[in-house]
Amino acid sequence: MGLEKLNSLYREVILDHSDHPHHKHALPDATHKITLKNPTCGDVINLDIELDNQDHISDIGFTGDGCTISQSSASMMTDAVMGKSKDEALHMAKTFSDMVMGKKHPQKDLDELQDAAILSNIMTFPARIKCATLAWWALQRALLKQPDGDIDSEKEE
Amino acid sequence: MDSTLTKLMRDFPILDQKVNDEHLVYLDNAATAQRPNQVIEALTHFYQTDNANVHRGVHTLAERATADYEAARRKMQKFINAAEPEEVIFTKGCTDGLNLVASTYGEANVSAGDEIVISIMEHHSNLIPWQQLAIRKGATLKYIHLTDDGELDLDEATQLITDKTKIVAVAHASNVMGTVNPIKQLAKLAHQHGAIFVGDGAQAVPHMPVDVQDLDVDFYAFSGHKMMGPTGIGILYGKRELLEAMPPYQFGGEMIGFVHQQESTWAELPYKFEAGTQNIAGAVGLGAAADYLTQIGMTAVQAHEQAIVNYLLPKLEAMDGLTVYGPQDPAKHTGVIAFNLEELHPHDVATALDMEGVAVRAGHHCAQPLMEYLGLTATARASFYLYNTQADADRLLTALQETKEFFNHGSREAK
Repeated sequence: MGLEKLNSLYREVILDHSDHPHHKHALPDATHKITLKNPTCGDVINLDIELDNQDHISDIGFTGDGCTISQSSASMMTDAVMGKSKDEALHMAKTFSDMVMGKKHPQKDLDELQDAAILSNIMTFPARIKCATLAWWALQRALLKQPDGDIDSEKEE
Repeated sequence: MDSTLTKLMRDFPILDQKVNDEHLVYLDNAATAQRPNQVIEALTHFYQTDNANVHRGVHTLAERATADYEAARRKMQKFINAAEPEEVIFTKGCTDGLNLVASTYGEANVSAGDEIVISIMEHHSNLIPWQQLAIRKGATLKYIHLTDDGELDLDEATQLITDKTKIVAVAHASNVMGTVNPIKQLAKLAHQHGAIFVGDGAQAVPHMPVDVQDLDVDFYAFSGHKMMGPTGIGILYGKRELLEAMPPYQFGGEMIGFVHQQESTWAELPYKFEAGTQNIAGAVGLGAAADYLTQIGMTAVQAHEQAIVNYLLPKLEAMDGLTVYGPQDPAKHTGVIAFNLEELHPHDVATALDMEGVAVRAGHHCAQPLMEYLGLTATARASFYLYNTQADADRLLTALQETKEFFNHGSREAK
């Protein structure tokens, strides 16, 4: 059955995160907030981050709607960056973007991503790369205080 | 139809391939159809033997290219039964044609306080041109909504279309709901109030007989690529008296009468609306697509797709956890079927179906106001054409069942 191939994308850890996402709630005292959309599929992420006075992520939460991949990616991202400094988190966002585009990074960087590193398989499903990166782009843009927006222009028929 | 169909399949080499180790079932025809060899060969033949620019040259190739281009126009005229070839304008596609009408007829005839009436099921291409025209002019854009069964609410249409209405623009067939709209009736209603009617035929012309004179539409736009022609070519039909009175859409070569330093005159129809070198080979390819469909017969095409819908729709509706949008009665549903499977995101469903070799679309289908109205962010959509079979419908059903099982248990049990 062809769906066995799906196991390489929808690994158990991914399904667990999408069934029971971590940190899926809004933060009333967020210091950094962003809403990012993927217009192609209608996915939306609202990301709230609290930075302490040392610029470390003291709390993070997300709300929104999306597919299995985008929801689990957001959940794994929040796990990975909790407690990290702003610069560390930005570096991890870059590592993730590079990883799903097939660029090499030292194993140390990939280890930092924790569960999220498992999404490197997304490369073999090019149509789904944006689903996986939505949360990490939101992280990067929120930390850099960039405005809300879309991750790509609409392209559908 | 079976033996005809088997022969027909040989015309589409692209369909004879494996995708993800499964035999391809192409069910994204509402996005774009596949091209038969006859269309591909017409393009090749044109480029290999007749290619030149049209209308200007006096040499033999230019004459041949012009003859090919104008022959294609007459084929398209016949295909939609327009009264004259001058009423058939080549465009880039359906979107281009609708923008042409909004930017020329709309710009000249809509003023502050006027009303434009469209439906909530419109594709963005038959929505944004009118929305932006209304904003530019201070006009009001009004929407006809749906009945519970996903059909256009004609009672509401009768209320909305008044003497204030200048333009009524509605899709002949929905690219999401699979509904066929009664545009002949809507055109009559528009005319009773002195308004014009614009039909979006993108999802109708490829799938059913269309007679623009019988429908009495004032403008009617459609794309070539959804009816097996090349991309980048389409048709705008317009009634002669309206086209004559309209200003040009774009300015440049081909569309002029005489050009002086401070003023110009415009070419006769249809060239007034065909500025610049057109997609000549595209027009030739589109003519070949019309020939191909005419040979099979649009009534037969429609009957074939209807038979698949009659078979598939009740089975989809009976599937546990599957929701079909649009009319539930197969007789009222075209081969465009939008659905969602349980709580699964349509993107996940589309990826799973793709692993089974079944190509469907997932998303908002360029109809965000419709999605919002239905309370959805996205759906999956399977859309059929004349080369699809009952076996393809069965492959879809099996793949959906397996997708459901996978996301409910599959990967967890596979361990």
